[in-house]
Amino acid sequence: MSVELGHYAIALAFAVAILQGIVPLAGAQRGDAKWMALGVPAALLQFALVALAFGCLTVAYVTSDFSVLNVAQNSHSAKPMLYKVSGVWGNHEGSLLLWALILTAFGAAVAVFGQNLPVALKARVLSIQSLIGVGFLAFILFTSNPFERLHPVPTDGRGLNPLLQDPGLAFHPPFLYLGYVGLSMAFSFAVAALIEGRVDPAWARWVRPWTLAAWCFLTLGIALGSWWAYYELGWGGWWFWDPVENASFMPWLAATALLHSAIVVEKRDALKSWTILLAILAFSLSLLGTFLVRSGVLTSVHAFATDPARGAFILAFLAVVVGGSLTLYAARAPALEPSGLFQPISREGSLVLNNLLLAVATGSILLGTLYPLLLDALTGEKVSVGPPFFNTIAIPLAVPMLIAMAIAPQLAWKRAALGEAVLRLWPAALAALIALIVVLAAFDRATLLAALGIGLVVWLLIGSLQEIAERAHLFRAPLAESLRRFGRIPRASWGMVLGHAGIALVVLGIVASETWQSEVIKTMRPGESVAVGPYQFEFKSVGDVRGPNYSALAGRFDVTRNDNLVAVMEPELRRFTHPPMTTTEAAILPNALRDLYATVGEPDNQGGYGTRLYFKPLVSWIWLGALVMALGGAFSLSDRRFRVGAPKRAGTGAPAAQPAGD
Amino acid sequence: MALKPKHRRLVLVLAGLALLGVAALFVGTALRDNLVFFFTPSEALEKQIPPERRFRLGGLVEEGSLKREGARIAFRITDSAQTLPVVYVGVLPDLFREGQGVVAEGRLKDGVFEAQTVLAKHDETYMPKEVADGLKKAGHWKGGKE
Repeated sequence: MSVELGHYAIALAFAVAILQGIVPLAGAQRGDAKWMALGVPAALLQFALVALAFGCLTVAYVTSDFSVLNVAQNSHSAKPMLYKVSGVWGNHEGSLLLWALILTAFGAAVAVFGQNLPVALKARVLSIQSLIGVGFLAFILFTSNPFERLHPVPTDGRGLNPLLQDPGLAFHPPFLYLGYVGLSMAFSFAVAALIEGRVDPAWARWVRPWTLAAWCFLTLGIALGSWWAYYELGWGGWWFWDPVENASFMPWLAATALLHSAIVVEKRDALKSWTILLAILAFSLSLLGTFLVRSGVLTSVHAFATDPARGAFILAFLAVVVGGSLTLYAARAPALEPSGLFQPISREGSLVLNNLLLAVATGSILLGTLYPLLLDALTGEKVSVGPPFFNTIAIPLAVPMLIAMAIAPQLAWKRAALGEAVLRLWPAALAALIALIVVLAAFDRATLLAALGIGLVVWLLIGSLQEIAERAHLFRAPLAESLRRFGRIPRASWGMVLGHAGIALVVLGIVASETWQSEVIKTMRPGESVAVGPYQFEFKSVGDVRGPNYSALAGRFDVTRNDNLVAVMEPELRRFTHPPMTTTEAAILPNALRDLYATVGEPDNQGGYGTRLYFKPLVSWIWLGALVMALGGAFSLSDRRFRVGAPKRAGTGAPAAQPAGD
Repeated sequence: MALKPKHRRLVLVLAGLALLGVAALFVGTALRDNLVFFFTPSEALEKQIPPERRFRLGGLVEEGSLKREGARIAFRITDSAQTLPVVYVGVLPDLFREGQGVVAEGRLKDGVFEAQTVLAKHDETYMPKEVADGLKKAGHWKGGKE
């Protein structure tokens, strides 16, 4: 019964979405307050209906109602409760419903928290948001209905793909979607501003919290996905430049660029047209990501079974959204008030550099990801673009980016002296140089590139610390005075410092683990021993283990260093019956300095087992760094000055007066 | 800088365009050097691929062809019309099965495909699109999905 209720709620939400997509928008054009006022209750109702539908599907999963096709195909009564719940979005239909839920939640959040928004802007934003909702709800209703019944009712379900039965992946899609869909807010604000023909610093401040929240979630979502790939897939890798990964990375790059360019709009009333374009592109890339993942047009190492008919729907939707918004942009952007001019050497100049580099990175990854599709469509030749391409472009873009990231915060707005800023950073430069020389001189296998990477990490970390020290007048004022100033540093500034430091930590993890990792892939018999980095792995034995819904082959490795036992590692090869599938459960011993990683594979019938053993220095910092970045975003988000809806639009559209400290 | 605002803007725009131009050139070169073609066994045999050229070979793992000699694994990839022997040193992905679709990346030397990677997949019903297309071309597609 509840399933029919859910289906009905989705149909109602679809109707409400159409209404909300038209009436407030038309009201804003006609200046009709009553029509515009419809947006708020409609947004709340739409959210309530989708939440009800989502709740109904969740109940069907939790109670293992196998009369529902979706539940029967993706769940099993023997599955642990966590995965019954996460199974709701562990499949195509359910993940779309989650998408719609988050989309309407964002709409409802604007309706509730956007009380300071001008009435017309708010009405337009709610309408645009709702029009996106129309697309997704139609998609659910017409091609991907999660509420379809199944006759006859099977006695048990087919089970969730065991690779997805994992805490990391249980929460990866919700975070990723919060990020993807959060960018729809920036999109809705951008389109509303285009219709209105007005972008000013107040607009930038309204968009900022949404973009920032989306960016934080996207950062966490990507990090979770990468972490999952690292420990669950059992090949010791954490990023493969795979289309599915790129699909989430491109919106992140665009959102990062948007965060930075919106600052220029806010502080200097410049870069307006570009910022609008970025907002449109960031969300378009989110949609493109969904299309690539859901349509299966690209061969991905992460591919799940897909359905081309659904891909066609998303492609059409993508064409409408991207085509429509870009057409509107082409028509209206020239009418925006011209942007202010500025010096290339200035804070805003450095933010433009950031945007250029991020845009080139996004464009290159887009090219590399879509080129196989284009070539296939044009010539029928099948190609793939591998990691070497992406690595080749990532490094030359990352180097100037990392250099500039420490210098840019030192530059003043409007007009700055590059020389002075660089001179102020002498401690960072000195530390970086020392790090570079030490790495080259004292470390085995140190390439020039690795040394450069470590040097840049030190440069950016010390540079970020210096930024904080300077704001607190450390060493220049009495300690008490410094501490007082320290406490008054705006949270948004902490956000920037943490964000930049987080990047440095990610780079540290990447450079160190790629340069100094040891990898042994070989068939081992129990009793054999092998050196991996400074550690000795002894393959002691194999045994059988039973889990709640699988049986497993468990290997046992005694890990020693200088003849001292460090750890006993027990990787498993798990065999699930529903669905019949085998997964590798790596044993990982992480700490701040290095990860030890071991997997055991199928026996070779001669007493040997395929094993993979890794020693990965500093690899955890890749994910810890991402966590620091997201934390920075959260700090910035909590800044009182940027609370959702806090700013008021200045009457003339002139830059709002800034509190001291920026 | 005594440039007029208009000129200053022009200089900025030109500098930006020059940067983008260099980036585009660079990206284009990188792309050309790193393209990996996909072939079915029939195509790979027909094309006379030089042994230093990396490519992806896709098809079905031939039933009964899988042999493990220590860490060295040998199997055959077929598109029903032609079959190529493959050797691979490493650990196969969990979902590698005889009779199922596979994509391997590596080089063809003296008629034997030396695979550097064998692509994993996450789902037992998943068939790489190129493999499905290749099998269709060879006229042996039995999948029910489309």
